[in-house]
Amino acid sequence: MWTYVVRRTLLLIPIFFIISVVVFALIHMVPGDPIDSLLGPGSTAADRVELTAAYGLDKSLPVQYVVWLKKFLTGDMGQSIIEKQPVLDMLVYNAPFTVRLGLASLFISFFVGIFLGIISSAAKNTFIDYISMIIALLGVTVPAFWLGLILMLIFSVTLGWFPVSGSGSLSALVLPAVTVGLGGAGLIARITRVSMLEMFNKDFVLLLYAKGLSKPAIIFRHIFRNALMPIITIFGLRLGWILGGAVTIEIVFSRPGVGSMLLSALYRRDYPVVQASLIALTMAVIIGAFIADIMYAYADPRVRDAYK
Amino acid sequence: MAFLEVKDLEVEFQVDKKPVIPLKGISFEMNEGEVLGIVGETGSGKSLTAHAIMGLSAMSGGKIRGSVKFAGQSLLDLSEKAMQSIRGSQIAFIPQNPMTSLDPVYRVGDQIMEGLLNHADLSKSKAKQQVLDIMEKLNIPKAEHVFQQYPHELSGGLKQRIVIAMGLCANPRLLIADEPTTALDVTVQAQIVRLFKEITVSKGIGLLLITHDLGVIAQICDKVAVMYAGNLVELARIESLFGSPRHPYTQALLNCIPSIGMKQGSLAAIYGNVPSATDCPDGCPFHPRCPHSFSTCESTMPTLIQIEGGAKVACHLYQENQE
Repeated sequence: MWTYVVRRTLLLIPIFFIISVVVFALIHMVPGDPIDSLLGPGSTAADRVELTAAYGLDKSLPVQYVVWLKKFLTGDMGQSIIEKQPVLDMLVYNAPFTVRLGLASLFISFFVGIFLGIISSAAKNTFIDYISMIIALLGVTVPAFWLGLILMLIFSVTLGWFPVSGSGSLSALVLPAVTVGLGGAGLIARITRVSMLEMFNKDFVLLLYAKGLSKPAIIFRHIFRNALMPIITIFGLRLGWILGGAVTIEIVFSRPGVGSMLLSALYRRDYPVVQASLIALTMAVIIGAFIADIMYAYADPRVRDAYK
Repeated sequence: MAFLEVKDLEVEFQVDKKPVIPLKGISFEMNEGEVLGIVGETGSGKSLTAHAIMGLSAMSGGKIRGSVKFAGQSLLDLSEKAMQSIRGSQIAFIPQNPMTSLDPVYRVGDQIMEGLLNHADLSKSKAKQQVLDIMEKLNIPKAEHVFQQYPHELSGGLKQRIVIAMGLCANPRLLIADEPTTALDVTVQAQIVRLFKEITVSKGIGLLLITHDLGVIAQICDKVAVMYAGNLVELARIESLFGSPRHPYTQALLNCIPSIGMKQGSLAAIYGNVPSATDCPDGCPFHPRCPHSFSTCESTMPTLIQIEGGAKVACHLYQENQE
């Protein structure tokens, strides 16, 4: 098991290099550069050359990459060309907002999703099942920005329970977290239901009934436990998605966050910021998958043995 | 009064909103400590009989009709809760396929213990000791070690014993074993069959043994019920069944057993297949394959009647004789 964890961790190193090269190449392929945003009206061609040289953008791409990489490895993510502040500081400021929203919505997704999935599978083809699946379908299909606006209209504007926007208090977290969380809940409810229903037909379930176990014991102790694998997969994906996935919601609720920081940096081709935040996002996805892999091994002894 | 009395047991499923009746009203009795074998080809309704007796067919959406009387109680009239307290304690079940009948994510010892703790008010350590005792009785080597293992780490033979241990741990009065040996190597099969006999005889447990293996039946059963297409066609004591089989289907089944010294190519087969529950012929379901069938067989379903010698048979050949 531990060798497996170590091996998976070491694998993160080459993945990091590949991502950094791809990200680097991609941003520079996009037309336009940050100098456009910096140059005021009335600036000359000489100003452009000067500025370009000042940010090292006149060198060839491989050289630029090596310069960037050397700094990155020493913990220096560079300076934002537009904001004139260290990229690291910007990330450190923005990340907690994103992580808070991400974790809160992840909790709502899984709590609501698993609950709906379990009751609808236990009550298959009944009224409860249909209602749960309609809720789940709405969660999957309703666009998050629209849901966010509707919730805002009802709970902030009309009822005045939560602030319309901002990020200062805990109550400001509720609506964005619910908005993002319900979308995930729909997906998780459907996955849980299907995975559980598949388990109901397994031979071992018949023997559990024959042992005289009650239906709740069978469902929670055995069927749910066996239905966990696809739920863990989604958990891993969502965990990685926490950092970057909620861009629209950050904008709808005017919250700071890595997503909105990346978006504004992209508009202005702020290379160091884009580079650093894209790497952070991709690493988050990979770490999410990594955590899911560890959880598989925890949930299923057969997986554990495969890595002995 | 009989220990287990099954009367007109019938199971109905809904397939594409149409009723299908794969078990068509079977009746038999069993005395305490007796070993009754149920034989028949795949699809004859053997397993379904077992599931219906334990009320398990309802889990897959089947409607159970008729009556099952066990030790004075009418099982089909009991609430689900009352049935749960009987399942696994008074009536235990050993499933058809040990390879897939264990929950893959729990240690096998815990799975045996789960059933025991569900019915008996025991401390965990006492329950564990009981489980280890049973495992040792079943000749499971290094029981303490196997207790801690997961199903995928065990061989088929060991899994089979674990499933048997599960059935026996709560000291049942009736054990229903559904093809307990089919998944095993022939060498292990004989061992398991012997084990069954030892345990049931020594503890006085009634055994309802479902199998398509007449060899197994001959080794351990007192009585045999032969099933065909959801019907019981012959019910007889073992000597009578092997000595003078009455129903043409039973005769055909016995002809399918090879014997030493047999001429090459002389092994019989029964022409055709068991009809499916959705497409069953009128009259006696065996008539299209029966060498003795006559006009009545095509229109009227024979009933199970007592004939001389104590056997019961459902065949027009014998009904004619009686009249």
